[in-house]
Amino acid sequence: MSKMRTSRRNVLKTGAAVMAATAFPAPMIWAQEIKDITLRQFGTGVSNLNDVANKVKEDLGFTLEMTALDSDAVTQRAATQPDSFDIADIEYWICKKVWPTGNLQGMDTSKIANYDKIVGIFRNGKLAPDSVIAQGTAPHTVGFTTGVDGTEFVAEESGWMTLIPTIYNADTLGIRPDLIGRPIETWAELLNPEFKGKASILDISSIGIMDMAMVCESMGEISYADKGNMTVEEIDKTIGIFTEAKKAGQFRAFWKSFDESVNLMASGEVVIQSMWSPAITAVKARGIPCVYQPLKEGYRSWGGGLGLSKNLSGIALDAAYEYINWYLSGWVGGYLMRQGYYSAVPETSKEFMSADEWGYWFEGMPAAGDILSPVGDKLAGAGDLRDGGAFVDRMGKVACWNSVMDENQYMVRKWNEFIAA
Amino acid sequence: MRRGNPPAHSPILRKPAMQRFLTSNTTIGWLLAAPLALVLGFFLILPTIVIVIVSFWQATEFSIIPAFSFENYAFLFTSSVTFDVFINTFKYAVITWALTLLIGFTVAYFLAFHVRTLTWQVTLSLLCTVPFWTSNIIRMISWIPFLGRNGLANSGLQSLGIIDQPLDWLLFSDFAVLLAFVHLNTIFMIVPILNTMLRINKSLIEAARDGGATDWQILTNIIIPLTKPGIMIGTIFVLALVMGDFVTVRFMSGSQSANVGRLISNDVGLLQYPSASATSVVLLGTVLLMVAILLRFVNIRKEL
Repeated sequence: MSKMRTSRRNVLKTGAAVMAATAFPAPMIWAQEIKDITLRQFGTGVSNLNDVANKVKEDLGFTLEMTALDSDAVTQRAATQPDSFDIADIEYWICKKVWPTGNLQGMDTSKIANYDKIVGIFRNGKLAPDSVIAQGTAPHTVGFTTGVDGTEFVAEESGWMTLIPTIYNADTLGIRPDLIGRPIETWAELLNPEFKGKASILDISSIGIMDMAMVCESMGEISYADKGNMTVEEIDKTIGIFTEAKKAGQFRAFWKSFDESVNLMASGEVVIQSMWSPAITAVKARGIPCVYQPLKEGYRSWGGGLGLSKNLSGIALDAAYEYINWYLSGWVGGYLMRQGYYSAVPETSKEFMSADEWGYWFEGMPAAGDILSPVGDKLAGAGDLRDGGAFVDRMGKVACWNSVMDENQYMVRKWNEFIAA
Repeated sequence: MRRGNPPAHSPILRKPAMQRFLTSNTTIGWLLAAPLALVLGFFLILPTIVIVIVSFWQATEFSIIPAFSFENYAFLFTSSVTFDVFINTFKYAVITWALTLLIGFTVAYFLAFHVRTLTWQVTLSLLCTVPFWTSNIIRMISWIPFLGRNGLANSGLQSLGIIDQPLDWLLFSDFAVLLAFVHLNTIFMIVPILNTMLRINKSLIEAARDGGATDWQILTNIIIPLTKPGIMIGTIFVLALVMGDFVTVRFMSGSQSANVGRLISNDVGLLQYPSASATSVVLLGTVLLMVAILLRFVNIRKEL
């Protein structure tokens, strides 16, 4: 008897809520219930920023729990523990590995307010109508699927996205212009004997092999069908060239973590090496000249996005869409762009940047005054230009996207041989 | 009713038996050993068994498949990298052992036989442990700016006019790795050797001297044979630490050299747990074999 009464009451309550939801503007209900929602997001450290979680609480009212892991652990977790997260912040090449497991659900693009403003790279692969699509795992090739539970990638814009793009950039070699003293224009310079004992490459196989390929191709030693998906012979030859260089003493050290790359460069142990954009900033912040050198063969690029766990449903799923829409609405984009990354919807980010910041970071204009990072460090002064220039110049010259190869396990073994050689 | 009776009697009947059981030496011995046995069982034996089991499993890029396969071992024993890396590991271990033994023995000898008062002996041996108040990693990494191309060592040598060009081999080389190993591990030689040296009966040395033995003869005929257990314990410490290390090699060689520990850590990083386990099992076997051989020379238990 009492049980029945409770359930009737619940029915009434729900009914009232439904009526209220239809009768009044939705945000009222939203605001009440959303506070209890906690979304668990995990990903690599690049975009797992506490500032973002705080701002989410402030703007949207719900809690976002962030867990930062390295890319191997991220891959494993997305593939094997779908219950441990609601939102996966992963790179597109990780998506290629993880999507077939069915742990993520497709996202309805009609619910994404700024979908039409997302840059072409993530939709049809083309920045401009005449762009050539780069090698490797280009984001648009793994960006769309057939439906909410689709497990295959489709080539066209199907209305169902696998990841909502959030952050991307173009990587190249970092150099110490003061210690080199002449222009550097090609990837081949990494193995130039002139820099014997003063070069470095990163010891993360999946990215290191790409940098190696850029160098070998630029030297004219190998021409790859697809640098992002090498054959066994191509892997052997590439690693062979670098093993020879290693034995000849070309490299000072290899680096595995961000801080190591900063220290190698700042101390002058190394004058030319693979590097990531914020590491250049960190070297410059110490008052040491360091250039993220644009090279004629182009950039090695990477991109990440947010994916939804297949377990998300109901109000939590609504909250996740709300979060994604908020992510693309500009504040985060502005925050990331002021660190030197790019946002998927640059035009919304513009509203959250000063005209000078926008000009410096996005349009390649000389800075009018000091350019500060989101935490207040000075990154550039009046008259400085961003290395590589404008967005279209940098992202328009991508030679290869980070990727995962079919022969990945073989490549990893060869990479271990290279390190032990 | 019948059922009710025995419980009423039994405590009286069983108590002496129970008491006897509880107070017997065997029981007390087992109980005393139990905590340590449990700790070792849970934290040493069990994990080791798991590692051995997993070493026969198979793995894809992101899943581990229970199996009974010799694939990991087959790859390990047929890869030329394994051979090179084990050779490299032995090289580091042997050179580090020789240097730490030389330094450790000398320091302990000085403390035991040249420092006369107990106060100074205690003070000086405590001084040896001061560096251990900071973390292992910090002590190691602090060598990097010191040995760097523009570091203190190179700029010092250059300003003294000893060298014209900075010495590149000071950092990110085998030299740097060995330097760090010796620096980090010498204490593990000093302490056990000093411990056994202090227990040598001084009258033995006096007797030898009275008998006309030279210092060298005293050293080789009395001190070294009697410090063997200490040397062995130190040797086991140093070998185990160096063979199992991966951080020192990674940082001091600038990732350019590999030892077995780095092989394992790379596999773990790439989620290849079965392959990492197989390598660990081989390494464990190697180290156990070395310790077993060492124990053939000296019975540590007898000497402790």
